[in-house]
Amino acid sequence: MPYLLRRFIQSFILLFFLISFVFVVGRIIGDPALIMLGTSASETALDQLRENLGLNQPIWQQYLVFLSDLTQGDFGVSFRYGFSMMPSDALRSEGTPVLPIVLSRLPATFMLAGTSLVFAFSLAVVLGCLAAMHPRSWIDNLVNVISLASVSLVQFWLGLILIIIFSVHMGILPTGGFGTWQHLILPALTLAARPLGRISQVVRSAMLDELSKPYISAARAKGVPEWRVVFVHALKNASIPIVTITGDELSQLLTGAMLVETVFAWPGVGLLLIDSLGRRDLPMVQAGICVVAALVIFVNLAVDFAYTVLNPRIQMDNRGGRA
Amino acid sequence: MRAMQQSETQGAAPAPLLDVRDLRVTFDTPHGLVRAVGGVSWTLSPGETLGIIGESGSGKSVGLEAIMGLIKTPPGHVSGQVMFDRRDVLTMPERDRRQLRGEKIAMIFQDAMSALNPSLTVGTQIAEVYRLRRKCSHADAERKAIELMDRVKIPSAKTRIGNYPHEFSGGMCQRVMIATALALNPQILIADEPTTALDVTVQRQIMTLLAELQREDGMALVLITHDLGLVAETVDRAMVMYAGRLVESAPVSALFEVPSHPYTRGLIRSMPRIDGASGKLHAIGGTPPAAGRMPKGCAFHPRCEMRVERCGIERPNLRPVGKNRAAACHLAEEIPHV
Ligand SMILES: Nc1ncnc2c1ncn2[C@@H]1O[C@H](COP(=O)(O)OP(=O)(O)OP(=O)(O)O)[C@@H](O)[C@H]1O
Ligand code: SF4
Ligand SMILES: [Mg+2]
Repeated sequence: MPYLLRRFIQSFILLFFLISFVFVVGRIIGDPALIMLGTSASETALDQLRENLGLNQPIWQQYLVFLSDLTQGDFGVSFRYGFSMMPSDALRSEGTPVLPIVLSRLPATFMLAGTSLVFAFSLAVVLGCLAAMHPRSWIDNLVNVISLASVSLVQFWLGLILIIIFSVHMGILPTGGFGTWQHLILPALTLAARPLGRISQVVRSAMLDELSKPYISAARAKGVPEWRVVFVHALKNASIPIVTITGDELSQLLTGAMLVETVFAWPGVGLLLIDSLGRRDLPMVQAGICVVAALVIFVNLAVDFAYTVLNPRIQMDNRGGRA
Repeated sequence: MRAMQQSETQGAAPAPLLDVRDLRVTFDTPHGLVRAVGGVSWTLSPGETLGIIGESGSGKSVGLEAIMGLIKTPPGHVSGQVMFDRRDVLTMPERDRRQLRGEKIAMIFQDAMSALNPSLTVGTQIAEVYRLRRKCSHADAERKAIELMDRVKIPSAKTRIGNYPHEFSGGMCQRVMIATALALNPQILIADEPTTALDVTVQRQIMTLLAELQREDGMALVLITHDLGLVAETVDRAMVMYAGRLVESAPVSALFEVPSHPYTRGLIRSMPRIDGASGKLHAIGGTPPAAGRMPKGCAFHPRCEMRVERCGIERPNLRPVGKNRAAACHLAEEIPHV
């Protein structure tokens, strides 16, 4: 079976298990109707909702309904989101569908994660290359310190420290929120720290490896300028480990964004998830988790695809081995 | 007066193309200072073929890499003078030096396969510096690459220009390397064991090709090799290196007839003869000294069959021993025929 098809099926199965897990957890933590309507709801309202949601049916039937609803993009409705008061006695006949709300939060999350990735990746490549060009120099030491610090720093703390420095003390950037490019800087920096450290370390070691190979001396011998030796000759051959680690970091970045969003009140899926948890908005939480999980799985798949394009040997190995 | 003197000396021998004076290369290693090249001087005339021989580790490659500016400093340290076109290559700004590389002096390496970038097409690599220096279009560069591939006799150049190095045999890779080196018509080609990794018939083809190109372009060739047979066949003058120093330099015919250094004699005697006349191989006993621990006196004395007391005390300098030749041995005049 072709490698990518196998990976696709694996991803699909993984997603299926995750969704099932979300369903099970939703049923374990208590009576969904009670959670959704709150303790102040009357017994009639609760009964009505149980009837509507099919909660009186056997659990396996509920599960099948849940799944078939999902395939139609129906993650249920929320009775909390956008309601200023708890629907107490009279059950509102219509809640707010949750999926469109989750999806409407995606662009903000993408903007944050994308900015961080572009920033982290380009800076990491430059720093890693510089470090590899001058091993044991000050720039190499600097890159080492940056990558060690950024990998071990807790994002939450880093975010707070940046807020204290740039917003509280210097007062040049907002503490949080959304709207202008200034709002983007601190959360993007916070989120970029980890991938910056990890990627620059991989760039450094991959480039050190390549720069010691004979074809580099040969390129210099024929008069290729040093920038071209490094950024064309060596970097091209170092690209596979670099793309691999960047792909790994990309899914980390998406999950990391969830946390950073709450620190900076950045209105993405992460903030929505945390808010919804606080509101005990079960359908919204379920939809949020499923969407984020699907995203992470999709990103991993895309990275695998990029990897096979860069390294045709993977495909061939698998073809040869399993055909 | 001065002009006359100059023209006189020029009449005696053409002005050297490359003049290497007291070249030294050391490396700072965790185990201390390693002296890879300990002060060598030699000259190269236009169009000349110079052979450099000597055991593994004697400093052949490092010496020439230093001339090319390929030694990383630190840990390396290069001193001395390398005069080309009345300028010292070692002290000129990196920019000028890079201009010299490829344009005036080019180098090819032992393992052509690993000296080519695995992820660039051969066409790109052959015409790379041509395109950069001549600032020409991609189409022109491609035409140049095809022309060069034809020159080094790579069949169906037009279709193979887009291939990657791993799609070529070792011999073909070496041809690609040579094409790369020729792109800017250098005056000097340094070939560091260009045929060692190849099998015998391919070796011969590559050497024939190099000789042919040299005839056409009047390019000087510096050939590093372990293969004394190759030296005897292709080289005008040979230099023998031992433990980072030149121990003998002579026209090749004279060298093989009457060596002026016991080490050269040992090398020649250890050559397998195709005609089988000598019957027995005489390998030189012992091993060369480690670069960190040079013996006192003559570096070769622990292995020398002819050593006298003086050899362990006083280091012999390279000195003239007859027409156009020099040797570093106290007993240079007394070395028996091979
Ligand atoms: N980067 C380095 N650091 C330390 N020592 C080095 C370095 N490069 C070369 N040397 C030392 O310099 C000496 C000369 O090496 P060189 O490569 O010139 O030998 P060679 O004559 O070309 O041998 P071969 O015939 O095996 O190619 C060796 O002893 C080697 O160990
Ligand atoms: S100087 Fe002495 S030890 Fe050295 S090569 Fe000559 S004879 Fe041998
Ligand atoms: Mg060598």
